[in-house]
Amino acid sequence: MIEASVIASPFLGIFFCLLHVIVSLVRTWSYLVHQIQCLIISSGLLPQYQDINLDRLRHLAVVIDSEDAKNKSKVHQLLCWLSDIGVKYVILYDIEGVIKKSDKAYKKSSANPSETKCLDFAPNMLLIFDMFGMTVEIIFYTDGKEAAAKGANYLCSNYLKNQDDTLNKLGPKFTEPDISSALKAVGHDGPEPDLLLVYGPARCHLGFPAWRLRYTEIVHMGPLTSMHLVL
Amino acid sequence: MSTISERFSILQSHLEKNCKSKISKISGYVGFIMRKLLFSVLSVGPIPAHVAIIMDGNRRFAKRRSLLQDSIDPASGHRLGFRSLISTIQYSFEMGVKCVTVYAFSIDNFKRSPQEVQMLMDLMREKIEEMSAEDGVFKALDVKINFWGNLELMTEPTRLSAKRAMDTTVHNKGPELSVCVAYTSTNEITHAIEASVRDLKGKDQVQVSDLERNLYSAGCVEPDIIIRTSGETRLSNFLLWQSDFTHLQNPKPLWPEFSLRHLVWAVLEYQRVYAYLKNKKEGIEKNK
Repeated sequence: MIEASVIASPFLGIFFCLLHVIVSLVRTWSYLVHQIQCLIISSGLLPQYQDINLDRLRHLAVVIDSEDAKNKSKVHQLLCWLSDIGVKYVILYDIEGVIKKSDKAYKKSSANPSETKCLDFAPNMLLIFDMFGMTVEIIFYTDGKEAAAKGANYLCSNYLKNQDDTLNKLGPKFTEPDISSALKAVGHDGPEPDLLLVYGPARCHLGFPAWRLRYTEIVHMGPLTSMHLVL
Repeated sequence: MSTISERFSILQSHLEKNCKSKISKISGYVGFIMRKLLFSVLSVGPIPAHVAIIMDGNRRFAKRRSLLQDSIDPASGHRLGFRSLISTIQYSFEMGVKCVTVYAFSIDNFKRSPQEVQMLMDLMREKIEEMSAEDGVFKALDVKINFWGNLELMTEPTRLSAKRAMDTTVHNKGPELSVCVAYTSTNEITHAIEASVRDLKGKDQVQVSDLERNLYSAGCVEPDIIIRTSGETRLSNFLLWQSDFTHLQNPKPLWPEFSLRHLVWAVLEYQRVYAYLKNKKEGIEKNK
């Protein structure tokens, strides 16, 4: 039995590599087709893409791989493009908080720094500012699960304060609106994005706050380094 | 304890017990052997431990095939979807997947017409009882079944069937099948917060670990892949907490069209990004 598996292993490895070569070829073909589509769209030949209606896109989220997020010029370029096409509210997320740590760089680069509305929160709170006429909110991993724990503690303290109520003797009873209010009270509230763009090697939201992701359309854009204006 | 091969031999004979034709029996065994070879090749790379599926497209499939017009059974699309579910579960477990989670019925689905909701509840009860039977799939595969969700919202006969199935399979040592019924992720998180606050005796603060311990999915590994069929890109309030490092896939086929080749493709796509996601997950866990 052991001898059979030793003999079979190289063949299994060869077929395994063959399968992945096929996957790579299919993905390369899909990528080429996508690039041709982008070229045609950006040439302006298709009338339906000449005037994009973003009325239904009230809030856009962008998840960026933290390694890509270190490329500040690319992130800055992305924000410029989003502003140019008329996006009004952007939520920028990277799991390690690279963007949050470099927020000052983005604020300084906005067109009219004197008109920039900057809400200076404590480091663990949401960071929101205006940039190019667009509201930019920056969050990272701790704005997800840890924020939910903070919301739970807020509800707990309210529940304990009202312990004398007859209703509370039955045990805590919370609704989803209660959770939303608690998140707002602890400074971790925010709108649910209509669309979430993922820049990175894999289509994965990397811990974007669960409470805000219920019905969000999630689209994988590939690495940030290969982004182009035709989104 | 029987080996996986012995269990699948039992399943093969179970599936073909009514099959009188020798040729179809032989083709069934040949198919089984071919799948074993294919899965041996796939196993050179990482196999996902947990696959979650949003089974989208039953009604569209039925409409496309005009079954709703021709058939007197309004559940025809869902019945076809159930066949896809059984085959996908079988292939997943043959491949070595330890857990499969399916999104069967959302709390939002209660907004559909009362007739459709009742039909779906009745269909669910029928299928749970079929799978739980002495010669059913659960026994054949030694599957442990869980039902995740606010089960109090289900109709009583269906809820009782679900509870019976969970009680019958609680000691099974084989793969786990988790069915999300009357479920949304935000409802699950709310329930977890409620339970964590209730359990807070003398401890100072609710921690993330307390919330995770009170989720419906507590004790189950996080999903490696979430597949939503029909090409839809939303998670629709499914496993939002558990999917931080999950590869999200949205193949175009409708759920009744989902087959072995789509599952194999899903695993191949997962293997391509496995190292990246593992690296991200370990990075965050190191920083905790």
